[in-house]
Formats: sequence, structure tokens, C-alpha cells
Amino acid sequence: MSALPETAVPLIALAGQPNMGKSTVFNYLTGLNQHVGNWPGKTVERREGLFLLDGHECRLVDLPGTYSLTANSPEEVIAREYILRENPAVVVAVVSAANLERSLYLVAELLALSAPLVVALNMMDVAGQEGLLVDPAVLAAALGVPVVPMTASKAQGIDELLRVIQSVVRGELQPAPQKPAIRADHREILEKIQDLIAGQVPAPYPPAWVALKLLEGDAEITQLMSVELAAGRWVEVQEVLRAHDDAFLAVASGRYEWIGRMVRAAVTRPRLGQIGLTERLDRWAAHPFWGLLILAGILGLVFWVTFALATPVQDFLDARLLQPLAGLAGASLAGAPFWLRGMLVDGVIGGVGSVLTFLPVLAIFFAAFALLEDIGYMARAAYVMDNLMHLMGLHGKSFLPLFLGFGCNVPAVMGTRVIDSWPARLLTILIAPFVPCTARMVVVAFIAPAFFGSNALWVSWGLVILSLLALVFSGVLLNQLIFRGQRSAFIMEMPLYHLPNARTIGLLVWQRSMSFVRKAGTAILGMSLAIWVLSYLPNGDLNTSFLASFGKLLAPLGRLMGFDWRLTVALLASFPAKENAIATLGVLLGNSSQVGLAQALAANFSSASALSFLVVVMLFIPCAATVAVTRQETNSWRWTFLSIFLFLGLSLAAGSATYQLATVFGF
Amino acid sequence: MSSRPISMSELGAGEQATVLSFGGARAVNNRLASLGFTPGVGIDMTQNFGFGPLIVTVRGTRVALGRGEAAQILVQRQAG
Repeated sequence: MSALPETAVPLIALAGQPNMGKSTVFNYLTGLNQHVGNWPGKTVERREGLFLLDGHECRLVDLPGTYSLTANSPEEVIAREYILRENPAVVVAVVSAANLERSLYLVAELLALSAPLVVALNMMDVAGQEGLLVDPAVLAAALGVPVVPMTASKAQGIDELLRVIQSVVRGELQPAPQKPAIRADHREILEKIQDLIAGQVPAPYPPAWVALKLLEGDAEITQLMSVELAAGRWVEVQEVLRAHDDAFLAVASGRYEWIGRMVRAAVTRPRLGQIGLTERLDRWAAHPFWGLLILAGILGLVFWVTFALATPVQDFLDARLLQPLAGLAGASLAGAPFWLRGMLVDGVIGGVGSVLTFLPVLAIFFAAFALLEDIGYMARAAYVMDNLMHLMGLHGKSFLPLFLGFGCNVPAVMGTRVIDSWPARLLTILIAPFVPCTARMVVVAFIAPAFFGSNALWVSWGLVILSLLALVFSGVLLNQLIFRGQRSAFIMEMPLYHLPNARTIGLLVWQRSMSFVRKAGTAILGMSLAIWVLSYLPNGDLNTSFLASFGKLLAPLGRLMGFDWRLTVALLASFPAKENAIATLGVLLGNSSQVGLAQALAANFSSASALSFLVVVMLFIPCAATVAVTRQETNSWRWTFLSIFLFLGLSLAAGSATYQLATVFGF
Repeated sequence: MSSRPISMSELGAGEQATVLSFGGARAVNNRLASLGFTPGVGIDMTQNFGFGPLIVTVRGTRVALGRGEAAQILVQRQAG
């Protein structure tokens, strides 16, 4: 009965270090036929897709990109546990021909897991540009596993990769790998550990691999064996380990000796001293002064392009889609009860509309970010920002999610996953919502000109700077109070610059936008319905509605900041989605046309109240979607509430101070 | 050739050295090893302005290190 292996869908796993083009290979094989989620119980992205292998469907799982398989982070544990427990038919290891020495390190670790390996030798084009010559056939012979030369960004080698995977799945091609060994001077110690743990290692872990991980000081495996071994035996193991606490270097050196043999066989090196494109660009992009200037310029350009391109699209969507739709719904529901018409037109279409008109801004911002990421610039941005991030006890990598926050805080909080240490990641999650997102800038861009005319631009800049100052202030404070100034290590690869790949960028924009629509979309729609219901009940009149009563209840607090109940309600309405503040003011002032609302605002409120309102909107509790992902990523209500109270307290304090000061100066 | 051991952060841009040993925490050392830093490996100091992070080239990879991390790696300067 060999029917089972034929009907079961073969499982292929994709492994590789960061910056090796693993995602490009994954995207080429699966296209849009992929699903993005989380690894069970972890906040690590899990991508899985289907692809056709000679007419048969295969599952492809993208393992997290890691440099090694030692438990330094959840990613490494996920990758190795998956291979050990799920037994994929083939593990495809993506390595870079332009960076063979380092990228074979993961291959050395994968071979120790005894998975059927196929090496995808990617970036053959980059290697060529660098003057490197790699012979795939020689490398395959030296490794004892199939090697497929590829340039995934140009779709070269994909067919050959599929053919080789199929041969391995069918058993026609059986890899016979040359495995690396520990450095000679530690061979006896490794054998000693192997003898001590023999027969005591639980499935599915290979005993030889466990011995190696114990010598490497792997936290998870050490913990596992301390439980599995009898107490006396464990003490013996510990003694050996303690006497050889530098054994991890012997393990790593052994792998690099093995790599050295592979590389010497397969690579013809270029002449030394050649200055590549990356080095020339980095003289500017990674310079402590010019690098910051370039970063500031790029940031400015990204915002300018985002708003210049998105505004016409937004206007188009509003004029050609939402308004006709609202008109149509209003007309066709003319006979329906008033509450049903109101709920559909103002609640549903209004809510969907604010998500939809927001999408172009985000998509364009995400595209710019993905482009900078794909060409390799983002590592430089993190590098030049490292000094400033030190102020908050963070390092350069935390800058990347914060940058993303200028588009939307939701992906920013999720983007903190790039940070390796948990305290640094938590701190970044807590301060990320201070970054003024596009939604808040929309509110500023509408209200500031209504009150400050030609000075509106300065007011807007001032508000952005205020937000960033609040970010630094809170970061320094939280770091001292909660994290007691501890700092994580800054170790980051600076990838080679390379040409962007449209497919990679397109998919990244698509996934980030869809994740916004799913997360923010449902929250915004639900909340705008709720706000509408509260503004309608109990009498169908806004001025006597529950919402108004609630606003009036909070009036004493609002007065500190120069708010009347309407501004208080507008502020509360900004919780589901920041840009709701304007729509709510439109409803409350009974004026929904843009020009009319601007005039009505100026007639109803003083400049001091407006300024204080803007300050509070900038610093208020993060939007519902951001709070939701904060809860999801921290997996803790305690930190989520700390974040809510931090923003609430700071925004109310700053708003009151602004109002009092502005009144003194006679606004 | 046989100059005294110094910390990696003392190397100037363009200087070459051999890695001797690591003084940091275990987890940091493990990450450094997986990126190619092992005893005896040759490194190139690519960028070091005397403050802030620096860039080292090891085994053909450019790696950015915090000054604190680099200060805990002991190296021996190579002549020329």
C-alpha cells in the first residue's frame, strides 16, 4: 500500500538567512496563492502557499529568516522545530552566491538536522557584478546535495529548482551530504557529552545534534535536557559544559572550516581591494552627518510623494464612488425608516468610506517603504539613527518600525518584530504611537488652515516636532523607570544594495494594505456604526443624544483644555479612527461640506481651543486598531493599559498647558 | 605582526585585524559567531568615526556593530 505518499500533498520548507532573496523565491513559486498568518502562539509571521509540481499541488512553508539555528530568538526555534516535527519532504536552503561563505553557515546547521536538502544558489547576477565566479556543479559535489543556480529576482532557475525538488520528492535523487564536524580539539568533549546523554534524548531530536547544541549553550535544549536527564547525569553534563564554556566557538569554527573547504572548491575570487557600489554609496548613506541629511531628505520626499499622489485618488474615490453611493442609498431607502437610512448612509457608507479613502495614502507610503527596504537602504537608516536611538536605550533597528509609523501605527507596532530583544521591542511598541500617522496629519491639515491661515504650515510642523519630542521624552522616561537603562546588543547585517524587484514590493504593499483593511477596517466600521447609534439614540436628535450627554458629562475635564462638549465628543470619536474627528465635527456643527465646515469651525471655536484640540489629537490614546495590535503583540493587558494611560495622561496635560499658554498669549 | 591585543572599536577605518576572543554575553557571542566572527578570522574595519556604531567586513559580509559590542571583541592588528 504505497497509496498514501502519492495522495498526500508533499510539504516543502523554504529556509535561508535574511537578505538572501528567500521571499523572492517564495513569491515566485506561490504568487498570490499564499496565506500570511502567525506561527501558533508566537508573534512571528508565518507564510504558507501552494504551488504546482508537475501538475500536483505542493505545500510550501516559508520558515523565518535566521542566521543560525541556535535558540537566540523565537525565529530560530520555530525553524528548527518545524523541520524536526513536520518532516518536510524537501528543505530548500536559499543561499547567496555573492555571499557564499556566510550563507552556507545555515546550510551547515540544516545538515545536522538530517533534512533532505536542496541548495538554491541565488543572486548569481550579483555575484557576477562583484566579479565572483561560483561553479554550482563543483559546489554540489563538495556538499553532496543538489545545487541549483538561480537569479530569483529575474525568475531565472525557478524551473530547474522545481525539477530538482521533484526528483528528491520522488526519491530519484538522494542527497548524500558531507556534514561539518566540530573543531578537532573539541571532538573528545563532544563524544563525552554524546555518551552522557545516550538513550535519554526525547524524539524527535537527533542525539548528536542535541550534544552539539548543549556545547553551543543553546538555552532551549539546555532546559530540555536538564528535565530529561536524571539529576546525577545532568550534574555530570553541566560539569563538562562549565569546563568548556568556549565550546560554542569550536562548533562555529568547525562549521566555518567546513565552509572554507566548500568555498575554496567552488569559488574563484575576484582581485582584492575592489571598491564596489555598496561601499561607494555607504560613504554617504552611512556617514554620521551626511547619512542623517540623506535620511531627512528621503523622509521628506516619501511624504511629499505620498500626499501628492494620494490626494487626487482620494478626491476621485470620494466624488465618483462614495458620494454617488451615499446618494443612491439615500434615494433607494427613501421609504425606509429614518434610522435605517441614517445607519446605512452615515454609519456604514461613512465608515467604509473613511477606510477606503485612506487606503491610497497607505498603499503609496507602504510602496515607498518597501522600495527602500528592498534596495537595502533601510539598514543604513537604522545605522545612522543608532546614536539618537541610544538616548532611549534603544538601538538603530527600532527606527524602522517608527518610520513605518508615519504611514500607520498599526504596521509599526507589528513591525517591531525586527527587534531582537524583548525589552527593546516592548519599549518600541509603547512609544511607536507617538509617531504622527497619516490619519492625524489629515486632521491637522484640515483644522490648522481654518484657524491659522498662512501660519498653518508652521503649526503643522510644530505639532509633528511636539509629537517626536514626546516620543523621545517618554522613551527616556520609560527606559529609566521600567527598563532601568538596560540596552540590547546592536548587531545588524548591512546588505549589498541591489535593484528593486517589482513583484516583492507589490506583494509587500498588498499584504500590508490588506492587513490594514482587515484590522483597521473592521474596527473603524464597527466604531463608526456605534458612534452613529449613540448620536441617534434615544430621540433621534443629536443635541439630546447619549453621545451628547456623555460629552457634557466630561465637560469639566474638557474645559481645562478649552473644549466645549462638541470638541470633547469629536476627540472621543477619534478613538476608532483619528480622521473621524473631522467627520464628527461635521455632524455636530451640522455642516458636512469641506468649505462650510472650515468656516463653521472658525466661527464656533477660539484659536486657543483649536490649537489645544490639535495637540490633544496628536497625543491622544492610540486608535482602536493600534490598541488591538498592542494587545496582540505584547500579549498583555497590563502593557496595553499602561500605553492607554500614558497617552491619555500626556495628551490631557499637554492640551491643558497649550490652552492656558495660548490664552495668556492672547490667541 | 605581533602587536598587542586591542579592542575592535580601537581599529581605524581601513585597518585589518585578526579576531582573538569575545568578552560579551553568551547570546551576543552566539549571534556574532553565526555572522562569521570566530577566533582567527580576518576582519576589515570598513567605517569607524570614533563615536557611534561602526561597520566591519567579515567573511565578505558587512556587519554593523554597536560601539559597546565592538569594544568587547579582542583583536590583533595586522600590519599593512
